[in-house]
Amino acid sequence: MTALRRFARANLEHIEGVFDRAFGPAWNPLYQLGALGWFFYWVVAVSGIYLFIFFDTGITDAYESVEYITNVQWYAAGVMRSLHRYASDAMVIVMMVHLIREFAMGRYRGPRSFAWITGVPILWFIYASGITGYWLVWDKLAQYVAIATTEWLDTLPIFGEAIARNFLHETTLSSRFFSLMVFIHIAVPLILLFIMWIHIQRHSSPKVNPPRGLAVGTLIMLMVLSFAYPATSQGPADLNVVAAVVDLDWFYLPAYPFLDMIPGITLWAVFGIGTVVLLLVPWLPPTRRQAVATVDLDNCNGCGRCVDDCPFSAVSMQPRTDDKPFAQEAVVDANLCTSCGICAGACPTATPFRRASALTPGIDLPNSSIRDLRDRTLSAADQLSGDARVIVYGCRAGVNLDALQGPSIATLCAPCTATVPPSFLDFVISRHHVDGVFLTGCREGDCFNRQGIRWVQQRIAGQRDPYLRTRVPRERIAKLWAGVAGPQQLADELDAFRNRLRGLGAFRKAAPKQNDHHG
Amino acid sequence: MTKSWQILLQCLAYVAFAVVVGYFSSAPAYVHLDPNKALIKLSLSHAGQLKGECRRLTQEELEKLAPNMRRPLDCPRERLPLLVELILDGNLLYRELLPPTGLASDGASVAYARFAVEPGSYQLIARLRDSNREQGFDYEHGAHIELRPQQNFVVDFRAEPEGFIFK
Ligand code: HEM
Ligand code: SF4
Ligand code: SF4
Repeated sequence: MTALRRFARANLEHIEGVFDRAFGPAWNPLYQLGALGWFFYWVVAVSGIYLFIFFDTGITDAYESVEYITNVQWYAAGVMRSLHRYASDAMVIVMMVHLIREFAMGRYRGPRSFAWITGVPILWFIYASGITGYWLVWDKLAQYVAIATTEWLDTLPIFGEAIARNFLHETTLSSRFFSLMVFIHIAVPLILLFIMWIHIQRHSSPKVNPPRGLAVGTLIMLMVLSFAYPATSQGPADLNVVAAVVDLDWFYLPAYPFLDMIPGITLWAVFGIGTVVLLLVPWLPPTRRQAVATVDLDNCNGCGRCVDDCPFSAVSMQPRTDDKPFAQEAVVDANLCTSCGICAGACPTATPFRRASALTPGIDLPNSSIRDLRDRTLSAADQLSGDARVIVYGCRAGVNLDALQGPSIATLCAPCTATVPPSFLDFVISRHHVDGVFLTGCREGDCFNRQGIRWVQQRIAGQRDPYLRTRVPRERIAKLWAGVAGPQQLADELDAFRNRLRGLGAFRKAAPKQNDHHG
Repeated sequence: MTKSWQILLQCLAYVAFAVVVGYFSSAPAYVHLDPNKALIKLSLSHAGQLKGECRRLTQEELEKLAPNMRRPLDCPRERLPLLVELILDGNLLYRELLPPTGLASDGASVAYARFAVEPGSYQLIARLRDSNREQGFDYEHGAHIELRPQQNFVVDFRAEPEGFIFK
């Protein structure tokens, strides 16, 4: 499973690289698949409400009402119909790629399995929505879908009566089952919305809206497609005549041809087993959970930065339980913590300028502590020689940095690049341990830990606490968000950076040395 | 990469996405039934007769029962399986022994089958046995039928009043 994931991730990154060039990391649709899913959902919802005004819910008049929508009111309801269909189809595409991508990124283990597990029912509800939608048109395709679906349901030993008999013949056709489908086509998408909402509950500020530029482009694309190639029906349903050849929607109905090849019950088994396997994926293979972040009250001043920066809503501020003169203290919910260490990188007390023996920050990872980061930084940096000495901070989710090491280059792997507090950059440069710092990690648009790269950028730019002090010359800091597929580019950028450092010469502090204290 | 290149590439990506969505939303066509064939669809739901005869309870047996349960006849609920046959131009198209549904085998038996056949004229015979007779059938219906391509010809059954229904 791990090998499959690595393979998938490396290949995806090549494709993402192409999109990065076209869209830039911020608009890259591959980093916005969940948000695009939400976007398409809203397009489907709005167009669906409009269509419902003109739709006749009785089986005898449904087809005529859809014909009116498509042909008479083509400029409004017709466009809405096309948007309704195409946005639904697009939703399937982005959902499937999203599933593959989240798998490839490995963001589904431990506490993060919550999003994965809640994603699985989304698959079922999307398909149920789409299939019932095609039913309502009551054209030839609807006839095919109605008969094939009820025949398929009848292979399950749960319905007493054969429900396919509802669609046996024109003379015995009843509106009863059709009305049920209308109801289901409204109820299921509403439940879907609820599950989608549950799906993102464990994320702080989840990406549910694509960036404006991407949203506008996507909407224009859907509009153009709807005008250029409107969705149409395939002739009225007539149960006396078999729907022999149908133009399938291959996003929603790819399973149906299999019903003509294998027994329906076998296909149920395939989907049933597939669902169970998907639900088990977070435990394949089982791994031991990492120790979660812990709070040290003696060092916590209740500033709340860890709460702001935790990407998984795992920290909250609660009333103080000790006698320190602060109103609140940080509390970690161990069930939600993914051990990314970003909170430690945000804590003002996590600064290497403090005496090593006293370096216990307010919040820290027991197995990858800030003190340990300081020790490793110093021992690695102090072995460096030559000019343009550089320390590279990378993350567990990024590329293996060992190959970059050399007499003048040290590498250090933190849980997330944002685990490294900005004061560390200040420390190693202003104390002359190195000549420059190089930061790397996942690809810019999509950090494994969701927000790590953003926080690092904002801290360095002075837009987010704790920010990198202005005295640190920014030309001594370089970043390449390389992901796992870019080791060569990383080596090249590092070379170029060291060349620039050589031009800068040794670092001289502008300010006098005594204000080393950092807060 | 210059801005105009980026915009061009973005447009290309949108067009590619739109083409994929637009095309696969209704193509390629799927041939569910060879359009040059006709379909005979057998669908029936009918309860076989009760397996055992009803038995009149003796006076002593009746007295053992709770007063509200006292009925003079004790009838077994289990039903007989149906035997259903379809014969097309003298060839056996279908022959199944259909067990009753329900946990207590007291429900109707259900048949559902599809046969793609060449269009044309045929002699179709349908017959059904719902009793415990050894030979012959309780219902039989034969007709000369004319099948058009893609016709959905249904063989249904309703015990009252008509038996087999061809339509
Ligand atoms: C159309 C349906 C879906 C929508 C709209 C959707 C939406 C989202 C959104 C908005 C996020 C949060 C992204 C972020 O802010 O970082 C997310 C994350 C995620 N989704 Fe989905 N999702 C859908 C289907 C699925 C499915 C089918 C699966 C897999 C079975 C899945 C698995 C995940 C996982 C593993 C994450 C990442 C969780 C993490 O970062 O810890 N999603 N999804
Ligand atoms: S390590 Fe810290 S930032 Fe990361 S999930 Fe746990 S509490 Fe949140
Ligand atoms: S960032 Fe540190 S000091 Fe601030 S609330 Fe969190 S643990 Fe306490």
